[in-house]
Amino acid sequence: MAVITINSSDAGPKALASTRAAVVRSFRRGDRAFRLVTFTAALSVLIILCGVMLSLLFGAWPALRTFGFGFFIHATWNPVKDVFGALAAIYGTLVTSVLAMLLAVPVSFGIAVFLTELCPWWLRRPIGIAVELLAGIPSIIYGIWGLFVFLPFVQSYIQPFLINLFAPVPVLNVLFAGPPYGIGTFSAAFILAIMVVPFITAVTRDVFETVPAVLKEAAYGIGATRLEVVRRVVVPYTRTGLVGGVMLGLGRALGETMAVTFVIGNAHAISSSLLAPGTTISAVIANEFNEATDPMYISSLIALGLILFFITFVVLAISRLLLMRIEKAEAK
Amino acid sequence: MNRSLRTRRQLSSLVMMTLSVGATLFGLGFLAMILGTLIFEGLAGLKLSIFTQMTPPPGSKGGLLNAIAGSLVMTTGGVVIGAPIGMLAGIYMAEYGHGTRFTIIVRFINDILLSAPSIIIGLFVYEIYVAEVHHFSGVAGIIALAIMVVPVVVRTTEDMLLLVPGTLKEAAAAMGLPRSIFIRRIAMRAARAGLVTGVLLAVARVSGETAPLLFTALSNQFWSWNINSPIANLPMVIFNFALSPYKDWQQLAWTGALLITCAVLALSITARVLSAQGNRK
Repeated sequence: MAVITINSSDAGPKALASTRAAVVRSFRRGDRAFRLVTFTAALSVLIILCGVMLSLLFGAWPALRTFGFGFFIHATWNPVKDVFGALAAIYGTLVTSVLAMLLAVPVSFGIAVFLTELCPWWLRRPIGIAVELLAGIPSIIYGIWGLFVFLPFVQSYIQPFLINLFAPVPVLNVLFAGPPYGIGTFSAAFILAIMVVPFITAVTRDVFETVPAVLKEAAYGIGATRLEVVRRVVVPYTRTGLVGGVMLGLGRALGETMAVTFVIGNAHAISSSLLAPGTTISAVIANEFNEATDPMYISSLIALGLILFFITFVVLAISRLLLMRIEKAEAK
Repeated sequence: MNRSLRTRRQLSSLVMMTLSVGATLFGLGFLAMILGTLIFEGLAGLKLSIFTQMTPPPGSKGGLLNAIAGSLVMTTGGVVIGAPIGMLAGIYMAEYGHGTRFTIIVRFINDILLSAPSIIIGLFVYEIYVAEVHHFSGVAGIIALAIMVVPVVVRTTEDMLLLVPGTLKEAAAAMGLPRSIFIRRIAMRAARAGLVTGVLLAVARVSGETAPLLFTALSNQFWSWNINSPIANLPMVIFNFALSPYKDWQQLAWTGALLITCAVLALSITARVLSAQGNRK
């Protein structure tokens, strides 16, 4: 297309000008067409999102119309009687994710501090790369490990230990009560935590690295300890990015399906004990969707999907806005 | 007094830094343990028959050939459809619409799609395709995977094209080259390593995805090239076999998991090496 031979030996200046005009015209046409094609592709990203939202709304509508607001506040999930409430699944989703974050955030921050402040230079790149590669491991791997290795171990050692340990403590003996099933909210949260650690660590390390060396050197120069540099200089400087990274991890944890489905126990119940089996929105959908034949059952499952989509959308949007702010500050 | 304050500060710093090292050992230790178990359990079942035989009925021997082939077909299909769309979108955002409000919105939405729960994509494809044609099929799986591929490729394409030096663009414009030819002949060539990286990362991302295939491609116990019917695939076979009570099936699930992990790691490492080479030039 770019190679245009103009045979100028016998063409006069007039003919040359007209060929040139034709070439310019074809260029312009090609450019316009290409621009249109790329624009359509970019638009398709928006169309996918709108399509997801609309199709979920459309599919969820029968259930939402039948159960109304009660769908969100009732925990009954009875496919036989066609009565559905999402509360148990919403509760399980939030509890497992929040617990997972409570475990994962301190560990990830610890690793990020180690990588940016303490680690010898020759080790930084290998560990950093390892963390990034681990973030790409499919979640089903965590699920199968949880099922075959983690659950038996937790059931025979960790849970009995926790139950005995907290038995005399007033509030905690309710949270850690009951027989050690192995499966349950606690195990699911733990697996989720292991899974999101690489995500949060990677983002945290990146934002920690945006701190100008001068600031840290100045703090060390007036005699600050490492802890003080991290707490008074690094963290305040990167606060927005840190929250963004944590929210990104939370978004992952909320929507995670495979790692949770194997170990949560799939019980539609809200239990006061963290060791009892529970369920999450994604686990319910993964387990029951193919068995659901009744239209109301299917619609209720799609309504669950809509709720999950809404929650993750809000969390991810906040995360992106915060991370965008840090990128902008860095560009300045 | 002054001295004790200093000791206290140093002590607390020492304690926190020790905790930080502890967190690193704890976190990386767990991840290493997972990989270790995976390799140990997976290698135990890794035989030639894995690649030559079909998934067996419970209690007999077999392999994963149909699942591997199905995964390859669907991943290829998803990437072949998703990558061009993502690349074209990335081109628009980096070249034509750079800095416009439309691009900013698309980038924002794209970043959200990038980490949106994959099971939602599965539901979406079920609604728009499976429910309409009334049967699960490889085609539905391919559509779902293609939707997962798009955001990854959009992101890397835009980033990589923005790295192409502005002087190249100015030189092309000075010679009277239109934008479309500049993009296709110059910018995309300059950013080739980066673009390939993006596609590889997308392949890595979708090859282990299970959730979007649950209600789209389903799975199949037998050999099938027919993408209009349910088709076997590694993630679904791992899911079904791991949850089964049969020892043979569980062993196959471990081996399948090892295969997927190796494939994903190989792809991401290749992507890394490529982009490192691209940066050095």
